[in-house]
Formats: sequence, structure tokens, C-alpha cells
Amino acid sequence: MLSVADLTMRFGGLTAVDGLSFQARAGEITAVIGPNGAGKTTVFNCVTGFYRPTSGSIALIHAIGARFALERMSGHRIASRAKIARTFQNVRLFAGMTVLENLLVAQHNTLMAATGFGVLAVLGLGGYRAAEKAGMDKARRWLDRIGLLERADDPAGSLPYGDQRRLEIARAMCIDPVMLCLDEPAAGLNPRESEALNRLLLSIRADGCSLLLIEHDMAVVMRVSDHIVVLDHGQKIADGTPAEVRADPAVIAAYLGEDEEA
Amino acid sequence: MQQLINGITLGTIYGLIAVGYTMVYGIVGMINFAHGDIFMVGSFLSLIALLGLAALGVTSVPLALALTLIFAAGLAALYGWTVERIAYRPLRGSFRLAPLISAIGMSIVLQNFVQVGQGARVKPMDALIPGGIELMNQGGFAVQLSWMQIAIVATTLLVLAVFTWLVTATPLGRSMRACEQDIRMAGLLGIDTDRTIGLTFVIGAALAAVAGLLFLLYYGVIDFFIGFLAGVKAFTAAVLGGIGSLPGAVLGGLLIGLIEVFWSAYFSVAYKDVAAFAILILVLIFRPSGIMGRAEVEKV
Amino acid sequence: MTAALRDALLSAAVALGLFAPLVGLAMDNGDQGLVLRTRPLAAGIMVALVFFGRLGMHLWVARPGREARAVRRSIAVPKAASKYIAPALLIAAVLLPLSGSRYYVDLATLVLTYIMLGWGLNIVVGLAGLLDLGYVAFYAVGAYSYALLAETFGLGFWTCLPLAGILAAFAGVLLGFPVLRLRGDYLAIVTLAFGEIVRVVLINWVDFTHGPNGITDIPRPTLFGLRFSNDEGSDTVAAFFGIEAQTIHRVVFLYYLILALALLTNWVTLRLRRLPLGRAWEALREDEIACRSLGIDVTKTKLTAFATGALFGGFAGAFFATRQAFISPESFTFIESATVLAIVVLGGLGSQLGVALAALVMVGGLEMLRDLLSTIGEHMGSELFSGLAGDLPTYRMLIFGLALVAMMVMRPRGLVSGRTATATLGRQDA
Repeated sequence: MLSVADLTMRFGGLTAVDGLSFQARAGEITAVIGPNGAGKTTVFNCVTGFYRPTSGSIALIHAIGARFALERMSGHRIASRAKIARTFQNVRLFAGMTVLENLLVAQHNTLMAATGFGVLAVLGLGGYRAAEKAGMDKARRWLDRIGLLERADDPAGSLPYGDQRRLEIARAMCIDPVMLCLDEPAAGLNPRESEALNRLLLSIRADGCSLLLIEHDMAVVMRVSDHIVVLDHGQKIADGTPAEVRADPAVIAAYLGEDEEA
Repeated sequence: MQQLINGITLGTIYGLIAVGYTMVYGIVGMINFAHGDIFMVGSFLSLIALLGLAALGVTSVPLALALTLIFAAGLAALYGWTVERIAYRPLRGSFRLAPLISAIGMSIVLQNFVQVGQGARVKPMDALIPGGIELMNQGGFAVQLSWMQIAIVATTLLVLAVFTWLVTATPLGRSMRACEQDIRMAGLLGIDTDRTIGLTFVIGAALAAVAGLLFLLYYGVIDFFIGFLAGVKAFTAAVLGGIGSLPGAVLGGLLIGLIEVFWSAYFSVAYKDVAAFAILILVLIFRPSGIMGRAEVEKV
Repeated sequence: MTAALRDALLSAAVALGLFAPLVGLAMDNGDQGLVLRTRPLAAGIMVALVFFGRLGMHLWVARPGREARAVRRSIAVPKAASKYIAPALLIAAVLLPLSGSRYYVDLATLVLTYIMLGWGLNIVVGLAGLLDLGYVAFYAVGAYSYALLAETFGLGFWTCLPLAGILAAFAGVLLGFPVLRLRGDYLAIVTLAFGEIVRVVLINWVDFTHGPNGITDIPRPTLFGLRFSNDEGSDTVAAFFGIEAQTIHRVVFLYYLILALALLTNWVTLRLRRLPLGRAWEALREDEIACRSLGIDVTKTKLTAFATGALFGGFAGAFFATRQAFISPESFTFIESATVLAIVVLGGLGSQLGVALAALVMVGGLEMLRDLLSTIGEHMGSELFSGLAGDLPTYRMLIFGLALVAMMVMRPRGLVSGRTATATLGRQDA
């Protein structure tokens, strides 16, 4: 379970997030929505350790009880220890490397541990071969799942945009996260791709991984989310199930209303 | 006190070069590695002009200096423009290390071009403006302020005043500042960004050439390799002042000049360059945004 | 056509402005200060070259079908290259000493030293994408480590070689730890500054390094304890094999030594690329932020790249010291760093074969060109070129710089730009 309490983030004089508190329950899909500039991505970057919050706390509690104070951890530790994976608003793949390599890089820490600090594996010793085989199998499973098995050996940058988005999600899942954070996963997708994305998200939830997503596309949000947090000007204006949020007058005024005008 | 004067004199020269670094960095976001060599070319052009004017029978020192200044600044500006046109413009939008590597190539080209054209031996020159005033004399310690130093600082102030006016009060300055904020947006708003960037290099090169002339006057000796050290120190000055900030560059230049002079006077001359480099490393590690720079927030 | 002509004229006018003072007027160091001498023809030739070059470029670009051909060519080269050129080069390298020419073996040793440095730097720049402008510092650390260890403790080459590498790697970690958090171009400048600091310290710390005079009489390496020497001792190679002692034996031995070291560098690099560490380096080059989001410790990974590169730089340095038997700070200037960087960039960042080819052309080719130019310079004693002819060897660096710029402008991904994947699913249809 992720619990954010009194989170505040200031950039110089600008307060992007102001005393925000919410919870994302384990095994659910939680969506953070709000108009442009509401502070969604900032919240995200605080949770995933790319920004250090000005004040407040962010705690992640694993099912087995381990507790992580994320506001004090650096980005790569949040991924490797607290097991929070993320994607980016503008896809960040290793474009020059192949699809398969992208998935192998994501398993870096697991594979690295098997190489005996690199030295043994250079000499071809140690148990690296088995670890590599396991890594390849895992990559193959994910490629199969996102339908990119055929393109495993192509450079990631040569894939169509929709495939790149799904690959980025698969790559994030290769670190075996307990929570996956998605920054506008449906942006720029056509309806068919968007539908495939929904199914992917639901199947990830079915595997027991919690999801936190930022989204503009209300169709995606309303269909897949269990729980929605609405932000405006860095503050929370609503929090509840899709049905509750949809009926909330403050939300309609701040966000949905704006959408209808446009 | 004497060190203070010497330091300020040297510092203004570094400051002039640093402005070129900071300006280009502010707009294009690249380190113009060849800038130090433009400075070197500027000082060679100055020396050639002075010799040429002497040969033509111009005896008035102020007139000769003024003509030399215009000649060197003008031609160095042409060099600056050419370097940008050949080595950097085609690379805009290429991968991020490409312009830097190209700039290193250009730096090597300029150095060796001058070496081939003018020979590898150092070029000495007699002091043009001899004499000075003695500010005070205490128990044998005389504090000298030479006319040369006054001339150098005065020229720098004059050039910087013209430059400041150019950047703050003219349409060119406005488009430069617009490009600095957001180059793509500036382009969309109808600013000819290529021309603006080209002019930035031209102005930076002209300032470096002025610095080259002053350096020549101050030290009286130049060779094809001076651009490298002066360039690194001026870059340090730009970083120290906060890269992208024009007043910061001048301030940083003064600081570097002072540090270098005081270090040489009180610690060891041999390690004065190490001091400058060490400062560069320390500043970058502990305060990468410099004294007057803005802290950058990484966009994710 | 008229537009092309006008543009060419404009370029020529710019060239006139650029070349008239610096080429057309030469300052000579005379007895009473500087003397100005005019060289109108040299400047005129350069302006004319620019004019016709620009004109020719316009006409060339205007020719139809050029683009398509260029694209096809660039795809065809790497595939054929990696298949045949690499083994051919290796065989040639192994067989070279059979030619018996001391000149070529010496030249090849020099080329191989640069290939090794190039491969070492390629780990840092090509794979990990960290622009290191002070690579020569690690080369210097390796060379001085060996020279000083041998001088002070009387240690032999084979003991010192690993030590020199480790010390260089240690220097890499020491520098890397604070600075690797910096952005790419800042990192470049800081490494440059570090390289200069090392050189200045080598010059000024006279008690320790002997200052600008350098270190002489650095011991030569031995072959399993056997010395290469002309003296009568029983522990020389010549005495052991019962052959006549010749200097060429040592030259050839050194050649094979650097060949082995270079191949070791290559082998380790190729191994590492297929391991998680090497893959993480490349991922880092592609996108650092994404790496962080995947739980990769960016600083630690960069540090390993830096240290590994430095390790091989140190090995190469120790070899350099033992080959020359003399080192001084003069050998470790920024120009060396720039040369090695040029080799890596021209070879195509990350390509092992490309680096080897680039070193061959840039060092071997230019070294030969240098000899050629010196000979031409001697023959062309005409008044016109007398000023230029003496400087002919320095054209080498000029060409280097021009090539660096041209490379970035025309083929920023290098001569050999094909990348092989480090892992494939090996499907039948692939």
C-alpha cells in the first residue's frame, strides 16, 4: 500500500503540490487525474524518487510488511529495493538497443548479482549462464504478452509508437515491481491500441501488482480504475470510486466541465 | 594591493573571453571549445595589424590601437561566424556529444592552422604603452599602476558597456534573449534563429579578439597555444559566475584572475594552473549553477 | 548555376578575409623583433581552393540520384566489413614481423598502442557515452607507475603491469566518484582539467617524478625471465635459444606484447558487452533517466566504465614506458587525449573494428604521410613554399582536426556504424 501524507513540493516560488494526502491500496488501480498543471507529474516524480519533496512523507508498505520511506530514497533504490517501477510521459526506451536488450537491461540487478561482480562472468565462470537463461525466458514471456515476440531483435526505436509504449510497460514490469506507475500511458494511442492497453493494465493487476496512473484519457481512467484521486492547483479536490468522482460537483467544475467546453 | 591590481587586469581579460562562452552556452547549450582559440587568433591578428600599421608608418599609439582593435575584432568575428557555420550549424539536433567533438576538432584546426601559417615560435612584442603611476610607497614596497593596466581595464569597461547596450536595448539583443529562453518557440515566433545564433558567435568572437589584443599588450608574448589555457580558465570563470549569466561571467573572470595572481604570489607559481582547474572541478561538483546562475530542475 | 557561382564567390570572399592576414602575412622572428613578410600566392591558392571547392560541392549536390547511392553504400559496408576485414587484419597483424622490416614493426607497434588506447577509451565514450577528455591522465598514471615502481623497488615489468593498471583504475575511481554526477559536457571539461592537473603535477613534483626531465633507463620487459640484450650474460634470450643477439628480437617481442595486450582489451570489452554490466553501460548512453527508473545505480555503473577504461589506459601506459625506456610529461599532453578521442569518434562510437581501422588510418597512415611530406618538403625547396615546407609535419594535426569536424558533420555515427545486438532470441526467421 502506498500512502502519501502532507506532500508539498515547491520549485522556487511556485508551489506545484500543496499538502497532498492520499492512499493507493494494494492490488488496485489508482488513477491521479486533474487539469494541466495540477501537479500530477510532480506527485509522480516524488513517488518515484526523481524529485525530493519539500516536505511530507511517502510510504510504501509491502504485503510482507516491509516499510519504505520513499521521500528519503534515491531513484534507483526506489526501483531496486521498494520495487516501484515507472514509465514516462514521453517514452524513454533505449532506442538504439534491441527490444530484447531493453528487457534484459531492466533485469540488471538480478543478472548482475549472478555475475560475481562481473569478474567471474568475464572468464565464463560462475552461475551466470543459468541466470541469463532465466532472464531471457522472462523477457520472452513478456514479449509474448505484449505481442512483440516477432520483433525481439529489432532496435526499440524502430517500433511504432503504440508498441513502444507497451514495451516500456513490459520493461518496467521486468524489475518485478509491487507497484507500477504509469505516466499518461494512453497518450497518443488510437482506440484499438488504447483497448489493448486497458487489457494489459487489468492483466497486470490480476497478477497482484498495484498500479498508479496519471491519465488524461477519461475513457481509460473510468474503465480501469478502482480508485481516483483528483488534483487541481496542487491540492486534492476529490477522492473516491469512479462513480463518486464522476458525480462530484467540484470535479465537474474543475476538470470535466472544462473538458466539455473544449 | 599590487596583486589586486594585477589580478583585476588579468581578470578582465578572462571575463571578456568568458562572456563568449556563457553567451553561446546560454543560447545553444553547448561548450564552444574553440572559443579559446578564437581568442588566440584574435591576438595574432592584433599583432599582425600592429606590425602592419607600424610598417605603413602609423606612429600614433592610440590611433594604431583603435585601428587594430577594429581590425582584429572584425576578422575574429568572421572566424567565429565561419566556425559556427562549418562546424556547429549542421549539427544542430544531432546527438548531444557531436557538437562538442566537432568543437574540439575546430580547436585543433585553429591551433595548427596558426602554427602552420605563423610558425611555432613565440612572438614577442615591445611594450606599446610604457610607464605608469606609483600609487603608494611604503618601506620599499611600491604599488605600481601602469598605464597599460588602466588602458586594459578601461577598454574592457567600454567594450562591455557597448555589449550590454547591444544585448539589452536592441532588437538583436531581444531575439538573443528569446532564443536563450526557448529556441524552438523563438523560431516559431518568426525570429531567424540561425542568424541570431550566428551573430552570437560573431559577438563572442569579437569580444575574444579584444581580449586577445589586451592579452598581447599585457604580456607582450603570444604563441599558438595560449588559447587552450586561457580558454579553460575563461570557461572556469563562466562556470564560476553561473553559466548563462553575463554579469556572472565578468565577475567569474575577475575572481579567477585574482585567485590566479594571489595564488602565484603567495603559494607557488608552478601550480597556478592547477589552482584554476581545481576550482573548476570544485565549483562543478558543489555548485554547478555558479554564483549568479539559476539552478536547473531536471525535466523528467 | 548563377546561384552556385554567387555562393562560391561569397565563400571565397569570406576565405579571403580569413586567410589574407594569417596566411598572406607571416611574422618571422628576426634579429630586431618581428618582421612581417607577405605571401600573397599561398593565400591566393587557399582562397581559390575554397572557391572551386564550394563550386564543385554545389555541382556535386545538384547531381540527381546521389542520395540514394550514398544510403545504399553506407548500409553495405559494415556487414561485409565485420565479416572479412577483422580476421584479415588479425592475420596481417600476426604475420607482420615476418616482413623483417624494423620500420613497419615499429610503426605497427605505435598503431597498436593507439588501437589499445582507443579500445580502452571506447568503453568510456563509445559504450557508456561519457565524454572523457583527460584519458591521457590514466595513460600517464600507468606509465609513471611502472617507471617509478621499477626505479624505486626494482620490480620487473610483469609485476608492474597489473599494478600500473590497478593504480590507473584507482585514479579513475578517485576522479570519477565526485564528477560522474555531472552532465555530459561538464564531465568533458572536468576530465580535461584533470588531465592537465596530472600533467602539471608531473612537471612540478620534481622530487617524485623527476619533473620535466622525465625518467630514463626504464627496464625492458623480459620473456619468462630472459632479457633481451646484446651482452654476454647467460640469462638473455639470445643465449638461451643459442641465436645471435639482435635488436630486432626485442622490437618484435614488444610488438607481440602490445598485440596481446590490445587483443586482451578487445576480448574483455566484447565479453563485457554481452554481460549485464556492458549492457547497462550502453543503456546509460541511451537514456540515463530510464536507467534510474529501472533500479540501476547510475553512478556505480559509470564508475565501473571509467575504471575499466582507465585500467586499459594504465596497461597501455606501462607498455609505453617499457617500450620507450624513457618518459616525460611531454608525452602526456591534451593532444594525446584528443588523438585517442578522434580515433574513437572516427571509428564510430562503440565499434571495435572501427576503432582499429581509424587508428590504422589516423596514426599509421598519417605517420607515413608525415614521412612522405617531409621528403616532399625537402625536395620542394622553392621560395614560395619555403615557409610552409618546414611545417609540413604539423599538417598532420590540422588534418586530424578537420577530419574530426568533417566526421561529425557528415557521419556522426562513425565509419563503421553497424551495431551488433548483445543478445538475440535466435529465432529461425531472424
